[in-house]
Amino acid sequence: MTVVESPAVRLTVDGRAITAAPGQLLIAACEQAGVYIPHFCYHPRMRSVGMCRMCLVEVDTGRGPALQPSCMLPVSEGMVVETASDAAARAQDGVLEFLLLNHPLDCPVCDKGGECPLQDQTMAYGPGESRFTEEKRHFAKPIPISDLILLDRERCILCDRCTRFADEVAGEPLIGFQDRGSHTQVNTFPEAPFDSYFSGNTVQICPVGALTARPYRFKARPWDISETISTYPNAMGDRVSVHASRNQILRLQGVDSEAVNHGWLSDRDRFSFEAVHSPNRLREPMLRDESSGEMQAVSWSSALSLAAAAIREAVDAHGASSVAILGGAGLCAEDQYAWVKLVKGIVGTDNVDARMGDGLWADLLCALPRASVADACHPGGAVLLISGDLREEFGTLYLRLRHALLNDDVALVELTPLETSLSSLASVSLRARPGDTALLTEAMLSPQRGESVAGVPTKALAAVASMLKRRPLTVLLGRTSLAESPAAVERAAILLARKFPQARFLPLLRRGGTVGALDVGMAPGLLPGRVTLASASDWYRSAWGAAPEARGLGTEEVLQAAAAGKIKTLVLLGADPVVDFPYSRLASEGLSAVSTLISVDLFNTASVRRADIVLPAAGFGEREGTHVNVEGRATAVTAQVTPPGVARRDWQIAAELARLLGGDLGISSPRDAWEELARLSPLHSGASWEALRTDLDGVLLQAPPPADGEPLRPEALRLADLEPPEAAVVPFDGYSFRLVADRTVYDGGTVVGNCPSLAAKARPGRLRLNVADYERLGVGGDGAVVVTSSAGSLVATAKPDDRVPPAVAALAQNTAGGDPRLLLSPGDAVCEVRIEAASLT
Amino acid sequence: MARLSEANVRLALEIIGRYPRPRSALIPVLHIAQAQDGYVSSDAMRHVAELVGTTPSEVLSTCSFYEMFKRSRPGAYQLNICRGISCFLRGADDLIERATERLGIPLGGTAPHCPVSLEAVECVAACTEAPCAQVNYRYFGPLGASELDELIDGLEAGRLAELPPHGVLSTVLQSPSPDRLAGPSMPEDSGPPAWWERRQERETGKEAG
Repeated sequence: MTVVESPAVRLTVDGRAITAAPGQLLIAACEQAGVYIPHFCYHPRMRSVGMCRMCLVEVDTGRGPALQPSCMLPVSEGMVVETASDAAARAQDGVLEFLLLNHPLDCPVCDKGGECPLQDQTMAYGPGESRFTEEKRHFAKPIPISDLILLDRERCILCDRCTRFADEVAGEPLIGFQDRGSHTQVNTFPEAPFDSYFSGNTVQICPVGALTARPYRFKARPWDISETISTYPNAMGDRVSVHASRNQILRLQGVDSEAVNHGWLSDRDRFSFEAVHSPNRLREPMLRDESSGEMQAVSWSSALSLAAAAIREAVDAHGASSVAILGGAGLCAEDQYAWVKLVKGIVGTDNVDARMGDGLWADLLCALPRASVADACHPGGAVLLISGDLREEFGTLYLRLRHALLNDDVALVELTPLETSLSSLASVSLRARPGDTALLTEAMLSPQRGESVAGVPTKALAAVASMLKRRPLTVLLGRTSLAESPAAVERAAILLARKFPQARFLPLLRRGGTVGALDVGMAPGLLPGRVTLASASDWYRSAWGAAPEARGLGTEEVLQAAAAGKIKTLVLLGADPVVDFPYSRLASEGLSAVSTLISVDLFNTASVRRADIVLPAAGFGEREGTHVNVEGRATAVTAQVTPPGVARRDWQIAAELARLLGGDLGISSPRDAWEELARLSPLHSGASWEALRTDLDGVLLQAPPPADGEPLRPEALRLADLEPPEAAVVPFDGYSFRLVADRTVYDGGTVVGNCPSLAAKARPGRLRLNVADYERLGVGGDGAVVVTSSAGSLVATAKPDDRVPPAVAALAQNTAGGDPRLLLSPGDAVCEVRIEAASLT
Repeated sequence: MARLSEANVRLALEIIGRYPRPRSALIPVLHIAQAQDGYVSSDAMRHVAELVGTTPSEVLSTCSFYEMFKRSRPGAYQLNICRGISCFLRGADDLIERATERLGIPLGGTAPHCPVSLEAVECVAACTEAPCAQVNYRYFGPLGASELDELIDGLEAGRLAELPPHGVLSTVLQSPSPDRLAGPSMPEDSGPPAWWERRQERETGKEAG
């Protein structure tokens, strides 16, 4: 496709000739040219509404100068604009006087004071004095519009930003203007709070102090705050500004990065800073007392030397393969690299896995052509979603994709077991019964006969096939549910990649830096730079002095080996397999059977409570480094506060252990680690430490073509070498239900649990059933049901839900409403369950 | 109070069917709710939101924008005194003050002793009868102090029973023939409007001529 570049529009602003893109709004064109026009309602990521009238400027398009709102006016050729003429200044002054008529001027007690656009612009453009002596309009002072957000309607200037955000961006118009004229107010419907996963964004974009968030109210003054731009360690790597004062993180604000989050954050992430200062943080190294079994605080030197001794003893007595390291997804890339180098280069084991058994085939993810979020949102493209509900797991990606579907002619095809939050915007929704993902992908790629395949009409499959012929394809590839074997998704991915060589894939793995961890080789058989042991072990052996000989074990195999007594020393890097690993019994058995369990973590999790040696680590806001998101985009992570107690950075722990094991990592700062990684891994070579700290969008990791005279570098993984795994198709019997173990934002996870504001939002999960199924089962008034699978059974509360298709039962993981992992058994393609109404006895 | 009755739901669905987007039928469906109960209750707003596929918050935004949608139960008689410019010049202020005193209620209130709600309203397009008032949207005027007293006496004594209830503004329900309905097609999917095509023809004709 050839892109026709429209010629730039030329116009004159304050006597200066500037150019702008055709169709660009005047206010944006001026801003780009360095001319700031004051405004309140205009927001570059939302539709203009011209509500506040603050951006009035004098515009002459050949008919003489006239005042026009620059946020509603696209640029045109030859336009002459005066932003600071007498007429414009008088208009702005007058608008401010109007806006201040009912504004309470309670700035001394207002959280916004000091960073308030209304305050700033009144000082810069306003009258300074009001002629209004009458009584101002009064409303009840702040009313809660949700658990997190408070609204002070007296301060509101009716700019429509929060209401537009709720409607346009989040798609949840739960707040709106009520009444009319001078009585207009923003409010919710009675007893229908603004319970959006994204409500915190309205506080950030409010140009006055009308909306405030509970976690920040009356905590600080803007002039006492220091801020740095950092990256939130979630899968998208949302850019954030971390605001801290007196060694306390006080709030996070989204930073408008064009490539990543467009300034938005989900509430789950925005308010998660509370966990940083949680009293449950680990503050000092601890050791299990052999006689009493109690944990006792010890010094770093004794904890580290005991940990090193445990590793050395295991290696000496049983070989390096008796040591394993699980986790590391939450670490910065530098920490991950330091640990990979320690484990693979010095200890010599390949039993490393950043995934917690809920990921996908690491080699495949490294081999698939990687998509960026921008690829997925590119106008005219098609997006195939094979995953759970994006809104529950990947908040800002959901917002980006939703925007693209509504505005940029992107077509969405869903291949998901349940209806998702994007279903109403999807071109085609294929409801794949758990286990049928690969089958339906195959059916989609070749013409089908008959009425339907696996319950999906052939017509829908044909519609998808014809759409994919016309539109470039981006696949969002994640686990549809823990209860469906990953092989189904992996097979689907390979089939798609073979059929559409131009297709790109965005791997959607939970837990922050999992995908970035695979890029630094935090999986068995991989080494830094998306290369395999087979192709790159010589390369790294020459750099590190040693590299594993044979492919090691993944998380599930490690736990199995541990249960069988073959793993002697197990290190958990911020991992909590007891809660996160899909097969809880196996996790438990594995952890119990190892001789020494070493846990490096931030919190006292269920797995940490079983550890023999606990090493406290620094977390978000306390460490410096680089985060790599699902696109393979590296962005800077900065430190704002000191870790609690004597907690250390993960790379420091790795470097100390290396020294005690008689090696030397050669790393004495995160920068050392990144630069060594960039030197050794062609994938990381394009991202210099400085560039990561200057570019808001970071650097998309990509191996440059080899230069002349460059030493032969390890060969990258090739998709052609990977065989699609067999995905067993379990015949559907019509008697049992297929289980979907999905995710919810506010679950019983460590971060949510340690943030008082978020923990209050966690609800026990319900066993969601199709309405017809629910009625057929004759569930009693309390909804109690017994769910039984071949692996176990649990009691849950059933709830009818029209987003669930017939013969499917959905239960979220990690909530107080029942643990679906009790029903899963390793190796099963699907989880079939029987559901019975619990008898009232 | 109540959600829409079964018959009203049928009527609402029929009206919704006339629009390309269900949400476009919001105002006519709110009228049905008001006709049913005399006002639009919170339950009715929730029900309307379900019917037209939006949130109760959006229904409330629309409903509260229009003064003639009542959100609490008014008296059987809605007394509206005009305060438009003509009525104002001819003493509407005095009438309004007198009415509040006679009924013992502020503007927007409902009298405790008789079923009358009082409001001052913008121009009701009856300037020839200024100063004037409406009871259940039927005109009375021009009113002096004594005529107003007489009107209020009549309301208090229930002598104006022949006035229709105020909930019913649209006395005639339209039933357009099926061939005139826009149907469920989306505006952006349809071709250019007829007037545009006529204009194009005219312009090309002009050029040719």
